[in-house]
Amino acid sequence: MLCRTANELYWMARHIERAENTARLLDVTYRMSLLPYQVVEPGLAWAEPWSVPLVTNGLATAYYERYPVLAAENVLRFMSLDPANPSSICSCLRSARESARSVRGAITSEMYEDLNSAWLEVRQYDFDRVQAQGVSEFLDWVKMRSHLFRGVTFGTMLRDEAYHFIRLGTHLERSDNTARILDVKYHTLLPSAADVGGAVDYYQWGALLRSVSGFESYRKIYSDVITPFRVAELLILREDMPRSLHSSMTFIFDTLKLLSDRNTREVERQAGELHSRLRFGRMEQIIETGLHEYLMNFLERIGALSVAINRGFLVPSY
Amino acid sequence: MPTVAYDEMRMPDGTVRSQYAFFADWLDRTSPERIKQKRGEAERAFHRLGITFAVYGEDAGTERLIPFDIIPRIVPAVEWQMLEAGLRQRVTALNMFLTDVFHDRNIVKAGVMAEERILGNAQYRPEMMGMNVPAGIYAHIAGIDLVRAGEGEYYVLEDNLRVPSGVSYMLENRKMMMRLFPELFSTQLIAPVEHYPDLLLENLRGVSPTTDEQPTVAILTPGPFNSAYFEHAFLAQQMGVELVEGQDLFVQDEHVYMRTTHGPQRLHVIYRRLDDDYIDPLVFRNDSMLGVPGLFGAYRAGNVTLANAVGTGIADDKSMYPFVPDMIRFYLSEEPILSNVPTYQLRKPDDLQYALDHMAELVIKEVHGAGGYGMLVGPASTTAERADFRERILAEPAKYIAQPTLALSTCPTFVDAGIAPRHIDLRPYVLSGKTVSMCPGGLTRVALREGSLVVNSSQGGGTKDTWVLGA
Repeated sequence: MLCRTANELYWMARHIERAENTARLLDVTYRMSLLPYQVVEPGLAWAEPWSVPLVTNGLATAYYERYPVLAAENVLRFMSLDPANPSSICSCLRSARESARSVRGAITSEMYEDLNSAWLEVRQYDFDRVQAQGVSEFLDWVKMRSHLFRGVTFGTMLRDEAYHFIRLGTHLERSDNTARILDVKYHTLLPSAADVGGAVDYYQWGALLRSVSGFESYRKIYSDVITPFRVAELLILREDMPRSLHSSMTFIFDTLKLLSDRNTREVERQAGELHSRLRFGRMEQIIETGLHEYLMNFLERIGALSVAINRGFLVPSY
Repeated sequence: MPTVAYDEMRMPDGTVRSQYAFFADWLDRTSPERIKQKRGEAERAFHRLGITFAVYGEDAGTERLIPFDIIPRIVPAVEWQMLEAGLRQRVTALNMFLTDVFHDRNIVKAGVMAEERILGNAQYRPEMMGMNVPAGIYAHIAGIDLVRAGEGEYYVLEDNLRVPSGVSYMLENRKMMMRLFPELFSTQLIAPVEHYPDLLLENLRGVSPTTDEQPTVAILTPGPFNSAYFEHAFLAQQMGVELVEGQDLFVQDEHVYMRTTHGPQRLHVIYRRLDDDYIDPLVFRNDSMLGVPGLFGAYRAGNVTLANAVGTGIADDKSMYPFVPDMIRFYLSEEPILSNVPTYQLRKPDDLQYALDHMAELVIKEVHGAGGYGMLVGPASTTAERADFRERILAEPAKYIAQPTLALSTCPTFVDAGIAPRHIDLRPYVLSGKTVSMCPGGLTRVALREGSLVVNSSQGGGTKDTWVLGA
């Protein structure tokens, strides 16, 4: 298939997934900001919960160019509907719809109709309406639209190369985002290290689990209290947890096995290596390395894999 | 001024013509509510499917529906046979003319046409001189606009040999009509048109520069912001070929390749929906990002076929139009089956004087105009418009031609006030390759404003399905 078509499909999927994950990140931040016993030490402004969505996405500079102070309302506005922020939910949906329009022939008409109506709907929102309706309701709507699109894709599309590139985009974006969401806890945890195991800690981990739809799964698997060790295990190493790093890497590796040929074996190898680290990794070792360091290392590798995919399939240099 | 226009459905005394009997019967038997429901159904379906065209000059990216009318234009089989023979003859002669222009210029040597008419034409492409194209075909896809002025009396209004559009509407209109009137299709012999994409693909494969491998065909589009983008995507999908943009292609060693996820893939035939000017910045407009650097070199080397060929504009230009009957006589030694509309060439002083004296009766067009832009319909114009146009003509008379205002035939059409006659034309699509083929009928365009003779979609025209009725 044409590289441009593959590229548009890949980015269409990434943008939808990014919109969903931005909603999840805002959701966990929102939940954490509602918790009592916030510990914010002077001089550690970056540890304030509302700085987290900006810091983890590298958007702090862009934010401060538009808003003078860090405030919940501003961050929500910036991350949800601000067209000037290319990573806002609204911008992501617009980009996804534009991609879909330019390669309409490669997707089913149901997929295009679904994405088109999501875009038409998000255009109707303004921030006042989001606030009046409740932030959580808006974030839930975003998640539902993403579920819906994934469902339409799964239910209508031929399992051809186009489908594989969509899957690749979805899971690359998701693994990147899960790592970032998990790292959120690192930022908020640090100032109150003394509180580990206390009530605040419990609620914070609980909020994080909920944001990735993992709370019920956690209960089911561990039938026990929430411990950081297990939350990390669930979101990094469990293959049966749909948003875990391991699960996403399995999809990515399997998909690349289908897509690669003799010119792109190296891309497949890189994905396989990363997959093995998750498949055979142990939690004890991750803790020993340090969770934050481990996640940063993962993000670096997944970034390198994206670059390799780009070069191998989407934007070849010949 | 023309008198009464020919009504496709009824004779002057109100009797229904025989080819329309069954449809008139359906209209009589069907309640207004039911008809209203059918029309609503058609409009909703077109919206949902996104069968739109972009409009230039309005907000960028504006997408509009072309209005669709559910009353078909019906052509009896005998009339179509005559039209088909005429179209075949005309397009064959036009392709022979193009071969001649770029090779020996026998038509000039024979004194039928002055060489100046060729060399002085803005559409003339000296880059094409001496080059051989597969099967001697330049205009692979031709859209010939026909109008009817009376019983059996058809005229060619213009030839479109560059990138004629609209065929997707012919196909979508038919799909819609079959959905709305299954009972009429099951009881009448309505000639099918749905095989057009197959004909087109076969035609394009037939002009591949090589016979040793299965040719790869692609459609080259300027991109999603082009007014006909829907049609480009539609045809690519229907034929099962790639829809490519300039950035998807590259040229190496005078061969054209697509950038695919499995490496470069050779392309043999490009159905390009891009004007000559934009296809190769190294040869034509160098500020264009839409084309492919080196494409023309690969074309000249005979490693890729462009459909239509570069340089077809010289044959469909309005200043060349008056010569087409002579071309038919010269190349085929036949009398033209289809007539031209008498045309005044304003570069000639006598014709200019006549046109200026009769502006209120004539249609005056720019030689290079298209899409219904830059024309004056005399009978519908105001004094001020005529005065304005007069200035423009006098500044550059050679830029204009004039034709008598034809009484374009009318077809009953749904309008706000009910059913009323509206002027129509017909654009059949003629495919030339190893053979000449076409689908019976074509696209019927209708001028929806009362009295208007301008059927172009960019000027508020609509479309109808065209039924060629079996004997």
